[in-house]
Amino acid sequence: MPSIMLEFEKPIAELEAKIEELKNFSSEQGIDLAEEIKIMQAKAEALKKEIFGKLTPVQRVTIARHPERPGTLEYIKHIFEEFIELHGDRYFGDDRAVIGGIARFRGVPVTVIGHAKGKDTKENLARNFGMPNPEGNRKALRLMEQAEKFGRPVFTFVDTPGAHCGMGAEERGQARAIAVNLTRLMQLRVPVINTIIGEGGSGGALAIAVGDRLMMLENSVFSVISPESFASILWKDPTRAQEAVEAMKMTAYDLAELGIIDEIVPEPLGGAHRNPEEIAARLGDYLKKNLDSLKEMPVAEMLQKRYEKFRGIGQFISG
Amino acid sequence: MFKDLFRKPKYVTVHADTVKKDMPDGLWQKCPNCNEILYAKELEKGLKTCRKCGGYFRVGARERVKITVDEGSFVETDAGLLSTNPLGFEDYPAKVAAAVEVTKLNEAVVTGEAVIGGNPVIIGVMDNNFIMGSMGSVVGEKVTRAVERAIEKNIPLIMFTASGGARMQEGVISLMQMAKTCGALARLHEAGLLYITVLTDPTTGGVLASFASMGDIIIAEPGSLIAFTGPRVIEQTMKIKLPEGFQTAEFMLDHGLVDMVVARADLRNTLIKLLDLHMTGGNANAQHYA
Repeated sequence: MPSIMLEFEKPIAELEAKIEELKNFSSEQGIDLAEEIKIMQAKAEALKKEIFGKLTPVQRVTIARHPERPGTLEYIKHIFEEFIELHGDRYFGDDRAVIGGIARFRGVPVTVIGHAKGKDTKENLARNFGMPNPEGNRKALRLMEQAEKFGRPVFTFVDTPGAHCGMGAEERGQARAIAVNLTRLMQLRVPVINTIIGEGGSGGALAIAVGDRLMMLENSVFSVISPESFASILWKDPTRAQEAVEAMKMTAYDLAELGIIDEIVPEPLGGAHRNPEEIAARLGDYLKKNLDSLKEMPVAEMLQKRYEKFRGIGQFISG
Repeated sequence: MFKDLFRKPKYVTVHADTVKKDMPDGLWQKCPNCNEILYAKELEKGLKTCRKCGGYFRVGARERVKITVDEGSFVETDAGLLSTNPLGFEDYPAKVAAAVEVTKLNEAVVTGEAVIGGNPVIIGVMDNNFIMGSMGSVVGEKVTRAVERAIEKNIPLIMFTASGGARMQEGVISLMQMAKTCGALARLHEAGLLYITVLTDPTTGGVLASFASMGDIIIAEPGSLIAFTGPRVIEQTMKIKLPEGFQTAEFMLDHGLVDMVVARADLRNTLIKLLDLHMTGGNANAQHYA
C-alpha cells in the first residue's frame, strides 16, 4: 500500500485500515473473523473499481505527480537485465535531471534516456525535480548519436514538469538544445520508442519524446505547459489550474483520441505506484512488441513513417 | 492675498475626447524605447525606426515582406489556411476572428516565394500582432510547407520570427508543431539548402526552441527580446531580478547563440550578400564536395 494517499483515495484508505484492524484484532484475540474480513475486502475491491475505474483528468494529474510513482530509475531496474550509466554532455556538465546509458533489453543492447526526479527533497534538489538544463538535453543528444553509431535502438522515458527556466539555462542555449534534439531525433537511423511515464511538460518533455512510437502510461499526462501556468497565462488566475487540466486535454485518453499518441499502457488499478513490478513488466512487453515491429523495417521506410507521423499532426481548414 | 499662496492651484480640465479630436488615430506614434512622439508617415519611410534613439517599432508581416524582397516579387502561398478549434476551447474562435480583423491576416505567419537581390527564395514572416505570433496548427503547417517548397524548388529559405511561443488554445497539438517543423528542416539540411533565420522582437518559447534556432545562419534585430522562457516568468519562478539587457539580441550574440546582430536598415543588404555567397560559389562547391 502506498504511504501517501491522495485526497480521492481516502475512502479506500479508511476501509483498508479497518480491514487491517480487524485482522489484528482477530489474531490477537483468537477470534475467527475471516467471514467479516472477506466481506470487507470485497467491499474495498468494489470501491477501488468504482473510484479508480472512472478517474477524472484532475485525479490523473495527481497520480502522474505522485511522489511514489515509479520513475525512470525504477523502470531501468525492472525492465533491463543490465544498465551502465553514462554521464555528461562533453561541453559543460552532467545534468542529473536526465539519466542515460547503455542497457540490455531481453538480450539486445539498447540506449536508454529518461528524466529522473528525486524520491526525497535532497535527491530532488540534486536532480532539479527532473527539469533538464541544456546540458541534460545535450547529454541526451550525445547518447542518441552514440546509439545511432552502434545501431542500438533508443528507449526514452519522459517524466518532467518542463525544461528548467533559469538564467543559466537561457545563457547556455536551452532553446537551441531542444530544437537540435527535435531535428536529430527525426533523422536518427535507429528505432526510437518514447514513453511518457509521468509528467510530459512542454518543450522539455518533447526534446526526448520524438520517435517512431509514442506511448503513454494510462495515468501520465502530456501538455504544452503546466496547467498552473496555463491558467495564469490565459486566465490570469493560477487557482483555476483544475479547470485548465480539463480544457487542455492532457490525459492519455484525450491524446489518443486526438491522434497525438500511438498507444496507452494500462496501469494497475489505482496507478503505477500501487504495483511498480506489474507496470514495469507490462511496459517491458509493450516495448518489446513495438521494437519487434520496427526491427524488420528498412531504415528509409522507418524514417519516412516517422516523418509522416509528425507531418500529419495539426488541424486546420483550407479556406 | 498671502493666504492664496497655500491654496490649491486651479487646473484646467482637458477632456480626453477633445484631445483625440486634434490627434487622429495613427497619425502619431510613440517610440517604445524613448517615448519620442513621431509622425507616422515619416516612420514608415524610415523602416519604423525612431529618428531620436534608433529604437524599432515592431513591423507587421506584410510590411516586413515589402521592405525585404525585390519590389513586386512576392507571391503568397497557403494564405487560405485557417485555424479550427481542435480542443473546443471557449473564446478561441472569437480570438482568432478578432486577430484576423486587426491584422488583416489569416494567421500569425505569412509565407510565399520571392526574389531578394535577384535570388529566388522561399520566405516566411511571422506577425506578433496575431495572437502574439503564437504557433498553432496553421503556423506549423505553413512553416512546414514553406520548408518543403524550398526543398522542392531547390532554393534557400528565409524565416523572420516573432512569437510569444506555442498557441496555448491548441494544447499539445501546438507543441507537436515544434517537432513537425524541425522534421522538415532536417530534410532541408540533408538537401544541402541554405536556411537563414532572422529573429525579431520578440522571439520566444516554442518557436525559438524549434525552427527559429535551426538556421545555418541566425541573425537578430538589435534590441529584440529572444528567450526560451520569458523574463517575467523567470523572475516570478526563480524569485530573482534579471539584469538589464538579459535575453536581448546583443545578449544572444555575447553568448554565442546568434551569428550577428544586424540593424534593420542593413538587413536586406546582409541577406543579399549571404544569398549571393551561397547561390554562386556556395552551391558549386557543395556539389564538388558532396
